[in-house]
Amino acid sequence: MDVSEVVLLDFWASLFCMRVKIALAEKGVQYDCKEENLANKSQLLLQMNPVHKKIPVLIHHGKPISESNIIVQYIDEAWQNKHPPLLPSDPYLKAQARFWADFVDKKVPIICHIFLLRFSIDLICVEKNTQINDGARRIWSTKGEELEKAKREFIEWLNVLEEQLGDKAYLMGESFGYADIAMVPFYCWFYALETIGKMSIEKECPKVVAWMKRCMERESVSKSLPDPHKVYEFRLQKLNNKTT
Amino acid sequence: MGEVKLFRTWSSPFALRVVWALKLKGVEYETIYEDLANKSSSLLEYNPVHKKVPVLLHNGIPICESLVILEYIDETWNEGVRFLPKDPLARATARFWAKFNDEQVFPSFFRYFMRQGEDQEKAKEKVLENLKFVEEHLKGKKFFDGEVFGFLDLVFGWLVCYPGVINKAINLKLLDEQMFPNLCTWMEQFGDVPVIKETWPDEEALIHKFHKMREGLGIYIYTKLRYEAS
Repeated sequence: MDVSEVVLLDFWASLFCMRVKIALAEKGVQYDCKEENLANKSQLLLQMNPVHKKIPVLIHHGKPISESNIIVQYIDEAWQNKHPPLLPSDPYLKAQARFWADFVDKKVPIICHIFLLRFSIDLICVEKNTQINDGARRIWSTKGEELEKAKREFIEWLNVLEEQLGDKAYLMGESFGYADIAMVPFYCWFYALETIGKMSIEKECPKVVAWMKRCMERESVSKSLPDPHKVYEFRLQKLNNKTT
Repeated sequence: MGEVKLFRTWSSPFALRVVWALKLKGVEYETIYEDLANKSSSLLEYNPVHKKVPVLLHNGIPICESLVILEYIDETWNEGVRFLPKDPLARATARFWAKFNDEQVFPSFFRYFMRQGEDQEKAKEKVLENLKFVEEHLKGKKFFDGEVFGFLDLVFGWLVCYPGVINKAINLKLLDEQMFPNLCTWMEQFGDVPVIKETWPDEEALIHKFHKMREGLGIYIYTKLRYEAS
């Protein structure tokens, strides 16, 4: 198969793109990966995702598919003859997998976003003795309580997954699949969250972290996630640019 | 095919799409109406994560989140009418627009309804922008998926009733025939489907509810709970 039949519009640090890369790797699908410059989006991206203008976009036989969880389901259905299946065949178990992927989609990105954007400025200023502009000072001054609140909410949400996991190897049981793919990219953010939040996620949610590490043993996952330190530095750089 | 129950509120457009799905599939079910100010212990047991409606109970096992429920109904009662197309690309496209409705169109409409003055004007711009994408997607088609109605029509079906009732309640018109000819034609056609026509909530009761919401009595509830539960 010509690899250009399958194209992924990508950004290396995007959690949502990682989901797609994991799914493609699980199915052994060859593809052409095009890195986007999000500050200067390509005509191809704007044409293929005119509604949201966001990555990831999968282009298959010239047709675009957008929204990461939807792309993962598409990959499972378009390459249904390739093992492994990413979703269970039973309608109830499929519904459960969809419910949990939807849960991750709804809750985790928002809290991570709050964490990193609002509170990393604090860290930059402290670490690099940066001149604090008025905006950063205002945000910095309301830090303590808000950070604790965000941490509590984040751990509360992770604890829902902790409970759902129970004694299972993966979220839906013995097989890695759609619901795990929805969550596992966030693992590369844990280092940044722990550093900024001054907390140990493993201490709070040991089963979640064990689950993440188990997923990382799969080549499809370990090759699709960037180094957590690289992610952390990237975040700091982005925020540094905003405060100078 | 087992015992089916639906936990819902009388007015929620998210519950209605599930009602339509069950009726179109010819599934017998029992309705349990929830009072969101006083949720039943059953609801809290069946949806401990979100504590919201609608919840479908099939042979005692709960399925939550209306889009997940729609696909479950389609896959479980899989003889006869099918909501989602078979082709993977067509399915992905339908799911994309369903997500767009639930995350963009409906919330922007709700914000437009619940705001005033300049805020409302800004909210109006957003909902119109969203609806223009939907209008374009409907171009050249009788229903969202083509000649026959399906999944996306169920998802967007709230447009047939709620904006019109809100216009009657508080004189807030949104869907102009000149700006949205495709949507308005679709609304007439889909609105004519017997199952859809026969299941709208009572209009007077809806008007009263919308008045209450705007008058601030309902506002606490609707900012605390996500719109899904309304």
